[in-house]
Amino acid sequence: MLIVPCPHCGDRPEIEFRYAGPAHIERAQRPAELSDEDWASYLYLRDNPKGLHFERWRHIHGCGRFFNAARDTVSDRFVASYKAGQKRPEIPR
Amino acid sequence: MSRYSIFSLARNALSGHRNWPRQWRSPEPRREYDVVIVGAGGHGLATAYYLAKEHRIQSVAVLEKGWLGGGNTGRNTTIIRSNYLQDESAAIYEHALKLWEGLSAELNYNVMYSPRGVMMLAHSVHDNQVLKRHIYANRLNGIDNEWLSPEEAKRFCPPLNIGRNIRYPVTGAALQRRGGTARHDAVAWGYARGADGMGVDIIENCEVTGLRRGADGAVTGCDTTRGFIGAKKVAVVAAGHTSVVMAMAGVRMPIESYPLQALVSEPVKPVFPCVVMSNSVHAYISQSDKGELVIGAGTDAYVSYSQNGGLHVAEHTLDAICELFPEFRRMRMLRNWGGIVDVTPDRSPIIGLTPVAGLYVNCGWGTGGFKATPGSGHVFAATVARGEPHPIAAPFTLDRFRTGRLIDEAAAAAVAH
Amino acid sequence: MTPFRTPAGGRIDRGKPIRFTFDGMAYTGQAGDTLASALLANGVHLVGRSFKYHRPRGIVAAGAEEPNALVTVDRGGGREVPNLRATQVEIYEGLTAISQNRWPSLKRDLGAVNDLLSPLFPAGFYYKTFKWPRSFWAKVYEPAIRRSAGLGRAPKAPDPDRYAQLYAHCDVLVIGGGPTGIAAALAAAEAGARVILCDEQPEFGGSLLHDPGATIDGKAATEWIAESLAALGRRDAVVLPRTTGFGYFAHNFVGLAERITDHLAAPGARQPRERLWQVRAKEVVLAAGAIERPLAFPQNDRPGIMLAEAARTYLNRYGVRPGTRAVVITDGDSAYRAALDLAAAGIAIAAIADTRAAPPGPLVDAARAAGIVVHPATTIIGTEGRRRVHSARLAPVGGGPEDHVSCDLILMSGGWTPAVHLFSQSRGKLRYDEALGAFVPGTSAQRERSAGGCRGTYELDACIGEGHAAGREAAAAARRSPAVSATVSGDAPAAPLPGGERSSQPGDAERGRDVAGEGALPRRKIPKRAFVDFQNDVTVKDLALALREGFRSIEHVKRYTTTGMATDQGKTSNMTALEFVATSLGKAVPAVGTTTFRQPYTPVTFGVIAGAARGDLFEPVRRTPIHSWAAENGAVFEDVGLWKRAWYFPKAGEDMHEAVARECRAVREGAGIFDASTLGKIEVVGPDAAEFMNRLYTNAWTKLEPGRCRYGLMLTEAGFIMDDGVVGRLAPDRFHVTTTTGGAPRVLHHMEDYLQTEFPDLKVWLTSTTEQWAVIAVQGPKARDVIVSLVDGIDIARDAMPHMSVRLGKVAGVPARLFRVSFTGELGFEINVPARHGRAVWEAVHAAGQAHGIAPYGTETMHVLRAEKGYIIVGQESDGTVIPADLGLDGMIGKTKPDFVGKRSLARPDMQLADRKQLVGLLATDPKVTLEEGAQVVEDPNAPVPMRMLGHVTSSYASAALGRSIALALVSGGRARKGMKLFVPALDGTAQEATVTDPVFYDPEGKRLDG
Repeated sequence: MLIVPCPHCGDRPEIEFRYAGPAHIERAQRPAELSDEDWASYLYLRDNPKGLHFERWRHIHGCGRFFNAARDTVSDRFVASYKAGQKRPEIPR
Repeated sequence: MSRYSIFSLARNALSGHRNWPRQWRSPEPRREYDVVIVGAGGHGLATAYYLAKEHRIQSVAVLEKGWLGGGNTGRNTTIIRSNYLQDESAAIYEHALKLWEGLSAELNYNVMYSPRGVMMLAHSVHDNQVLKRHIYANRLNGIDNEWLSPEEAKRFCPPLNIGRNIRYPVTGAALQRRGGTARHDAVAWGYARGADGMGVDIIENCEVTGLRRGADGAVTGCDTTRGFIGAKKVAVVAAGHTSVVMAMAGVRMPIESYPLQALVSEPVKPVFPCVVMSNSVHAYISQSDKGELVIGAGTDAYVSYSQNGGLHVAEHTLDAICELFPEFRRMRMLRNWGGIVDVTPDRSPIIGLTPVAGLYVNCGWGTGGFKATPGSGHVFAATVARGEPHPIAAPFTLDRFRTGRLIDEAAAAAVAH
Repeated sequence: MTPFRTPAGGRIDRGKPIRFTFDGMAYTGQAGDTLASALLANGVHLVGRSFKYHRPRGIVAAGAEEPNALVTVDRGGGREVPNLRATQVEIYEGLTAISQNRWPSLKRDLGAVNDLLSPLFPAGFYYKTFKWPRSFWAKVYEPAIRRSAGLGRAPKAPDPDRYAQLYAHCDVLVIGGGPTGIAAALAAAEAGARVILCDEQPEFGGSLLHDPGATIDGKAATEWIAESLAALGRRDAVVLPRTTGFGYFAHNFVGLAERITDHLAAPGARQPRERLWQVRAKEVVLAAGAIERPLAFPQNDRPGIMLAEAARTYLNRYGVRPGTRAVVITDGDSAYRAALDLAAAGIAIAAIADTRAAPPGPLVDAARAAGIVVHPATTIIGTEGRRRVHSARLAPVGGGPEDHVSCDLILMSGGWTPAVHLFSQSRGKLRYDEALGAFVPGTSAQRERSAGGCRGTYELDACIGEGHAAGREAAAAARRSPAVSATVSGDAPAAPLPGGERSSQPGDAERGRDVAGEGALPRRKIPKRAFVDFQNDVTVKDLALALREGFRSIEHVKRYTTTGMATDQGKTSNMTALEFVATSLGKAVPAVGTTTFRQPYTPVTFGVIAGAARGDLFEPVRRTPIHSWAAENGAVFEDVGLWKRAWYFPKAGEDMHEAVARECRAVREGAGIFDASTLGKIEVVGPDAAEFMNRLYTNAWTKLEPGRCRYGLMLTEAGFIMDDGVVGRLAPDRFHVTTTTGGAPRVLHHMEDYLQTEFPDLKVWLTSTTEQWAVIAVQGPKARDVIVSLVDGIDIARDAMPHMSVRLGKVAGVPARLFRVSFTGELGFEINVPARHGRAVWEAVHAAGQAHGIAPYGTETMHVLRAEKGYIIVGQESDGTVIPADLGLDGMIGKTKPDFVGKRSLARPDMQLADRKQLVGLLATDPKVTLEEGAQVVEDPNAPVPMRMLGHVTSSYASAALGRSIALALVSGGRARKGMKLFVPALDGTAQEATVTDPVFYDPEGKRLDG
């Protein structure tokens, strides 16, 4: 069970959270103007990286907030976590 | 390729088994092939086999970054069935099942396909409706599936607990008798030996590090840890690393990769005659020919390439197994491992062409790829050979995500693959 | 006294004899014996039959690594466990153990015919045969293979025992309680850390327990152990014997399995059998020791052939002479210690065969000084004695004259393997140490460090020093806050895996040829019957065969031969196999690699992992405040997700069909009362509440007046129906939203997702109120009459409170939100009161309704009544692939809204197709036939299979109101097929004819709602 670093509550065990997919996928302001291909890209296409992954979690059995985290998908090590709405941090190699 | 049989076994016994030939070679990669297949798992090796066998394309290399069959093919819980709801799914899994039935003879390799029956359990009125819907659809698609009462289910699987006072009593079951299991390693080895025997080069310890494209955008070959290998066509069949490889050609995929765990018990004498799956009390179980109970469930909840998952997932699975089969509570877990499964938004695979000319992909089988192995390889070989989708593969295009024509197996919310 | 017990010494309690049976024979051991040591004390060496060849087998080791001595222990009453290692079974008075995998008996096992036929059974033989005739695989061959596979038998009765679990946190977790682990725990505790120390054995001390001469800090080892444990106790360290650290998971989460009662003659009735410790440790010290390796010489598997250190353990710890005359074969020094100890105890050492050309060192000198013959450069080329070894054939390494030596005991030692299992599970990188000839921990991936035997340090003082240092360092590291690592992997392509290196580029002519072909395999003589994996009967010849057949990766060799895949997971065989493969391929061991270590280190009971999640505690049960009333009044319940819902209320003598028909009539003719409390409820509040609702639902909410309700439809972003429910607007900034019973958490999560991350600037707050409101539905033409006397502060007259409205007031004296809504098509109200008043208000309404013939009704009736009206149920008429237009619900979509979740997706090409499945009614031509839910709809039931299916029956009931069956279905292009006759095939081959109709069967104009 991972320890997930909630930026509001600190490190908590994984079962307090719900994984919520990749972060920074912006929903268009005016979806009606998107082509079918661009809309499908928003809905479905994902980077799914082997390595540093910016993703969302929600602390459902805690503060209830969504937040973002940077985690290495090979080692499952969390590198950073930051609040929803904040910009993606620069992670040095 | 010399033939295997009881006679060859006896003959070789007399000479101390010193004369068995290699099952496949370890050739140096050539400079170029007609087709390069990325990924020597079951699907990739099956594709190579059928390219050579049915399409007479022998200038084929299968590149494998590790040891062949070492990905999900070597890690799954070996369940085979075709009782899927959507017509398109039923078609491809049934195509596979028909090939399973003759596979040992076809490959001259005993893949130990065992049609012991796959029984899906229902635990509520809703479950009953969902399973009945599957049964009706399957029957009209020519696929065997039948409804059992709880008592009939127990007769078919004596260890099953059909007590009324447990949390989720069994309310019925759907049985596909032709479903069952096979020996996963044997499938990879059988296809490898067969393909190799027809001249296909299987290149292990060869990781693809880049996909080269020409000025017109079409693929020209693969950069690998063993040098550049040219190819007229490149077929990516690398479950667990699809996104990584496709990204090398600049193609983003509707895929996310999750850890999928499985576990086995210590081996015991035969006690479990079939395969049982339950979605409500989330778990599936069978007994291998070695005697181990083979148990699995759903994925861990987050994207990961670690091939490791949390103990709480195994716990949840064993909670369910012990409730359904209370005699097994004293059995012991011998080994617990994980793989990486590529999951698509509709839980159905992607087979066919890509936006890059000459680049083909077969992926997205999620937690249910093993059962499709022969069928997937067969239709994908046809697709690659002809440059257009085999009719059975046709609905599973990458383009369906643009049009919205998803083939949603998760929707009817019944089945863990 | 038992014949092979030493007169004194050992850690057994010589004053406490213990009687036990093995295969029905009665024996006596002593308290502190394992089953293995007790059997050896009685001269019993034959304890099992090997898996494939059914060869007689004896005890090889003294601990968890034992490959042969597997027994079943049955305590009766369902307390049976197969495949236990006799070396780990602690005997207790009355213990009953039986051997496995033999018939009819251990001495005379018919399965031994396999040994004679063994040339037909090399590794992988089953892949080459059993294929013909085709039907024989499933009917004949496979059942035979399955019967001969497996070791013990599965328990036959449900497990009566209970298992406990707990989570624990500590600063330093020390795994392994030998000298190294004890030193580490002590150092950490003395540095102020909270410590957990565990060991798989019943006693702490590890190797010290069979090293009677050892001293630490000038004290006898046993004294040092006792003092250390006392010191740990004073520091509140948690000290766990009989506890195996079995799994190392991400982020320093470690699983420990504690055995509590298996060693007790009479476990307490309230004691759990085992306990799972799920430990989150800031720092871990691995002190798991090392495992001795056997040697693979011909016929090395006979009873009486065991590991040298095991023999020493039986002698010194258990006071057992494992034989009278021993031959020792070794390639290292440690076996000499065993030889010396055995000699001192009166066991004749016939010879020490040392494969080294010139064995060095003080131990060798001491052996010679004790009169023991040492033969350098000598190996064993064969042994004799089927049920007990009685002689060994020694010969010079590389060939030469043989020497027959009689013996009843052979001690073998092929070196040591550090137990790196947990380190490897933690995803640390192993490193091969050439000098040791073993893999040791390399780079750590988690906050752990190894000390002592498990990192290749075997000398006692050094082990204690390492333990001490590790414990101190771990305590210090625990005090610092966790460092956030910025290291990221996966950026560069992986280096070539071991085995893939080519030192030169072959020329063109070489390409395509099999370069690493036959020539690479040295054609030397492969020893016969030299067992590598004892439990799975894998010999050196099998490994050679695998290599010959082209299996070159160690993982392939393992899977093809099954070496290392038995219940001991290769503890005594992996390195031997690896070394053979490396030598055969002409590669260095690290280039061949090592197979992956997976948890558990030793097998762990399913029950302890499942813990208390069984029976009533398997999963939570959710009940409404009115549940008890329903139970008292004869309701039959159904499971809806985690909820129990009253399904129907049968009166005496009624079956479900009759009860439902009566309930339906009661509602349509008078009044019914229904518990709708399970429906999800969400309070949506804020100045931007209406805008938020606009974006999350298809409907337009801005103009909905406070006091009015609307049926809300929610889609996923992909455009598919996700949930629905009546929404009441209580104020400009307050909505009372309802959802389906099963959908509530999903809907709330979906709303929070958009609110927090897509629309964070909207001022809206969401609160789940599902469990806060009890909901009592009163439905039927007399509904108003029933409740009017109970309602206070609300004018519920027909026009004052129209259909789809909500009012605040009191019902039965309790503050309430009163909705006028109907899911039945009759006049209806839903009374929402605070949950704690639910039952009281229900009873008040029920009492008030007596005069009007009110009847309680359940979910089945609810389903029938709404189906008569064509009202959909999400999850029944929809399945995640259905869009509003499919169900005729386009009218729910706000026309002028530029955007809402799902809108863009509805414009996708597939959503516009005319042949999409659409909601229709189906009336079976035979009105007495109720179509089956889930049945498929076709045009021609006699068409050949596979046939095209148009859709399926989603809901189907016998309708009391219409006096016939009705059904709802999703049918391709359904609306255009109205009036058409289609067919619904049944499972028995017949098919029902049905006419496609409008999905509203009853009161299509909705006049009855106006009451």
